[in-house]
Amino acid sequence: MLKKLALSTALALSVAAPGHAAGVSGEVINFDFSWQGPFGSYDRQQLQRGLQVYTEACAACHGLRYVPIRTLSDPNGPELPEDQVREYASQFQVRDEETGDMRDAEPNDHFPRSQLEEAPDLSLMAKARAGFSGPYGLGINQFLYGTGGPEYIASLLVSYTGESDTQAGVTLYENEAYGGYLNMAEPLSDGMLDYADGTEATKEQMAQDVAAFLMWTAEPKMMERKQAGFTGAIFLTILAVLLYLTNKRLWGPVKSRAKKD
Amino acid sequence: MSGIPHDHYEPSSRGEKWLHQRLPIVGLLYDTIMIPTPKNLNWMWIWGVVLVFCLVLQIVTGIVLAMHYTPHVDQAFASVEHIMRNVNGGHMMRYIHQNGAMLFFAAVYLHMFRSMYYGSYKTPREVTWIIGILIYLLMMATAFMGYVLPWGQMSFWGATVITGLFGAIPGIGEGLQMWILGGPAVDNAALNRFFSLHYLLPFIILGLVIVHIWAFHTTGNNNPTGVEVRRESRQEAEKDTLPFWPYFVIKDLFALVVVILVFWLIVGFMPNYLGHPENYQEADPLVTPAHIVPEWYFLPFYAILRAFTSDVPIVIFANWISFGLIDATFFGVLAMFGSIFVWALMPWLDTSSVRSGRYRPWFKIFFWVFIVNFVILTWVGAMPAEGIYTTIALLGTTYWFVYFLIILPLLGIFETPQTPPETIEEDFVAHVNASGKSDDGKGPKPEPVPAE
Repeated sequence: MLKKLALSTALALSVAAPGHAAGVSGEVINFDFSWQGPFGSYDRQQLQRGLQVYTEACAACHGLRYVPIRTLSDPNGPELPEDQVREYASQFQVRDEETGDMRDAEPNDHFPRSQLEEAPDLSLMAKARAGFSGPYGLGINQFLYGTGGPEYIASLLVSYTGESDTQAGVTLYENEAYGGYLNMAEPLSDGMLDYADGTEATKEQMAQDVAAFLMWTAEPKMMERKQAGFTGAIFLTILAVLLYLTNKRLWGPVKSRAKKD
Repeated sequence: MSGIPHDHYEPSSRGEKWLHQRLPIVGLLYDTIMIPTPKNLNWMWIWGVVLVFCLVLQIVTGIVLAMHYTPHVDQAFASVEHIMRNVNGGHMMRYIHQNGAMLFFAAVYLHMFRSMYYGSYKTPREVTWIIGILIYLLMMATAFMGYVLPWGQMSFWGATVITGLFGAIPGIGEGLQMWILGGPAVDNAALNRFFSLHYLLPFIILGLVIVHIWAFHTTGNNNPTGVEVRRESRQEAEKDTLPFWPYFVIKDLFALVVVILVFWLIVGFMPNYLGHPENYQEADPLVTPAHIVPEWYFLPFYAILRAFTSDVPIVIFANWISFGLIDATFFGVLAMFGSIFVWALMPWLDTSSVRSGRYRPWFKIFFWVFIVNFVILTWVGAMPAEGIYTTIALLGTTYWFVYFLIILPLLGIFETPQTPPETIEEDFVAHVNASGKSDDGKGPKPEPVPAE
């Protein structure tokens, strides 16, 4: 509660001072995600659900052009079995680089690109948006809560007001997280799909699941990175202590000689 | 080498003598590593070693990254993602290189501030300072071109804005900009040459670093008192100094490991915190980002660049006196390069006879205001150039130039400095005994230790 309160205060302040450029002007909810904190890790079930949401709700327009399909079976990801990955890949059509013909995708291919020109590629979206900013451009909120990319994605998906506006023949939809009207109609609705694992497919659930999945597509090596960070930190701490003691011992005689003077 | 009497390398075995007569390289290394170093150096004297580490780190990770990177507008962004996803350890290499650049700049600023506070730039160390400024300029060029390589939105638009500065030079500007970019806009030609130069410049920096070290080994290190090491005899010199190996090597290594620990935590747990999210979007020449902001280490100078709008009186005056040749943009460019130029001239602008700021009561105040001002300029550089922010940037810029061009020259005349200690030894003894006493005053008394 306190966390939410502090955040909304901070957000209120950051409205006065627009922060980082990729920052967003709307209201971003600080969802709790499983990978947060130094020891948090991706929730495999959630990533699989997110993949399902992506496939059924997003993939019609958006693409994941930098993500190889085979990585779906990588450790610390959705960890689909390889036969399922093969089956999953075959639903996409790609152009074969050698023959130039269209064929079913294979695990070694990447996800297809966006189908619509105005639909941005989602591979890195969770790192390309800053949900949190300020206060006063100091970056304190980002330090405390993270950059807020996945929070922004999840917030965007649940923050449609239902209002729409037609400008020059294009329908725009009001969204509070976006902070105005945007081009994309509300993609999620309660119960629009049945989760394979039986989780109830509420709008909020799906929004968080797909945000989690997109965090993974943007940063598939996050667990390895944190592991390296943790191991390295322990090693460096030990080394620092040893060097401190060595240094103290080395300078001890020099300093005690100075004391006698 | 440093003019401070100390022992020299004597080849003992036949093999050593054989080599020494042909190439005295072992002697050179010995004299370098055994340089007599003032005993009283404090923890602000660690940044040089940190900087050497940064340079090596950037070169090593950079060489590995270059093996997998493709400098082509269609493939650059994708090849970085390839490094992040498919190359073994590639994500760590790339994050280390990216954040390593930031560590490099954090360390170089602290290194320069240390020099400013303790008067390390003053005679006889002007050449060391000037070479340092050259290294800093090359670092800026290298970092700027390196930032273009991932070919994200901020890479592209940052490059467009910064190379556009050359276009602001009257007359030759447009041609110069075109020559730099290899075309009318930032495109494949620019990306290719930036990659080439980004690979080349670090080795020039390496060469200058060697000259930088050579220069201060010739004059000897400065120290917190600014008092020179006594050089009349070896006995006297040894009262003021200790050999670099092992005393300062171990001390610096300890500090370096602590710095690397902090760095490693950032790389491991928040590698994108200091970067810009916009750069995870591939460059698109048709979509301009809302705010184009450089990396944090350029922000003070970006603030100075943007501080001068056409309604500032000095810009109006410059415009009038130059018959319209100097407009607001060009004035900003001049101010930005000028701000570093006056920094470089510091050895000649500072007129004080006392070297260390520790004994200069007024200097201290103005120095700390300079540091605070530097932080404010960094902050304001990230804010949109509008409203109150341009005013703050203008005030900060004014203080920058006033500090170097007015305060530093006048302080030497009007300030009454305190008297520094006679010798480094005196300062060291006072420091050791003072820190012993304060231990007694505070907290629990340490266990009595038998005399060593």
